[in-house]
Amino acid sequence: MISVKNVSFAYKSADGKAEKPILSCFSLELPDGFVTAVMGESGSGKTTLAKLLLGLIEPDSGEITGIEGKRISAVFQEDRLLPWYSARRNIAAVLKGTKTENAALTDAILEEMELSDSADKPIRELSGGMQRRVAIGRALAFGGDLLILDEPLKGLDPELQNRIVPRIKNRFSTILLITHSEDEARKFGAEKTVKLK
Amino acid sequence: MSRKILKKTAKIALVTVFWLLVWQIAALAVGKELLLPPPLSVFKTLIALMGTGRFWLSLAHTLLRVLIGFLMGIAAGTLLGALTGSVPFADALLSPLRSIIKATPVTSFIVLLLLYLSPVRTPVAVAFLMVTPIAWANVAKGVATTDPQLLEMAKTFRFGRGKTLKSVYVPSVLPHFLTAATTGFGFAWKSCVAAEVIAMSKNSIGKALYESKLYLETPELFAWTAAIILISMALEAILVKGIGRLTNDKR
Repeated sequence: MISVKNVSFAYKSADGKAEKPILSCFSLELPDGFVTAVMGESGSGKTTLAKLLLGLIEPDSGEITGIEGKRISAVFQEDRLLPWYSARRNIAAVLKGTKTENAALTDAILEEMELSDSADKPIRELSGGMQRRVAIGRALAFGGDLLILDEPLKGLDPELQNRIVPRIKNRFSTILLITHSEDEARKFGAEKTVKLK
Repeated sequence: MSRKILKKTAKIALVTVFWLLVWQIAALAVGKELLLPPPLSVFKTLIALMGTGRFWLSLAHTLLRVLIGFLMGIAAGTLLGALTGSVPFADALLSPLRSIIKATPVTSFIVLLLLYLSPVRTPVAVAFLMVTPIAWANVAKGVATTDPQLLEMAKTFRFGRGKTLKSVYVPSVLPHFLTAATTGFGFAWKSCVAAEVIAMSKNSIGKALYESKLYLETPELFAWTAAIILISMALEAILVKGIGRLTNDKR
């Protein structure tokens, strides 16, 4: 189980001074095999929490335990795709296996994300929803012990959302869902919901 | 030939004919070949020059000097740009050097370098000094403006240094590098030939230019200049096409 214990974090201004804390003595437990939803409005620290768990920033105080040696995958709030690569290469970029293994897994993921027909198109030629699915596919291909999803269904139509969610849950059992939408939390069947203010 | 290419060729031909006409009219108005030779006279001189061994020998030596200076400048500028673009302290420490090189007139460099180097090596060093700050500034800008969100993504998915460099930094910097290479190549040509004129480098276009001026061979002076422009344009087009292919071949 991954635990966030009394974590505080404040972004620093250009002169190095700490601004108002975005997270203050925040605690959270992410039990293995569960979907935990963290909900809150913009600016409540949801994305900061994801960054802390991914090790992209360090907490000012408090600690995060249980992440040592764990592989954490993520779908960021923004797609963060490599614009000079195709959908296929964006997914394959996170793989470390042999060429044959990588090709097989990439093809399978592209099919799950319903992107097989657009696999070799440059990212710029894909619609917003398609780019979102490439970002989800990349996170699934990377695999790991925990999947952090930051508003993952943004830009996907409801029918597609219903098809994609079970495929995500099929590949990851422990999920941290960051969202401001109760509907999104419901779709993922979040067993635990934490509200950030 | 497609219609698009045909249209483009016709446009280029029209522009060329227009400027040749302007030149011809100006030459007729001046009326002295010594001051402004007409295009046909320059063309004939160029063809005659191309039939001599001296032309090709000078061309080969100058081209070699330009290429060596250009490639050295691109390599040094890229390394310095990568360093100063990613390490703020290195930027603070080394940037004044770039500003000094950029602000120093090319003739000052030529005269100064002639104190230390031979007339053959001075043009190479001058081209190097002209290209380095251009590549340096552009690559540094490319590195510094690389999308931080993509770098976070690379860290999350454990790209490692090699893959981050190949998949994130290189494609981000490439457009800036292309600008540096095309701009730098023009500067390398101009500065190298200028240095050859002052240094009187053996077997060089610069020396040939100077001698044409000395013996009042104005059509030859124009013919050499036309040769420099044509070769520079051709090589720049090859360079742009080559790097452009690199830019597109990343899927």
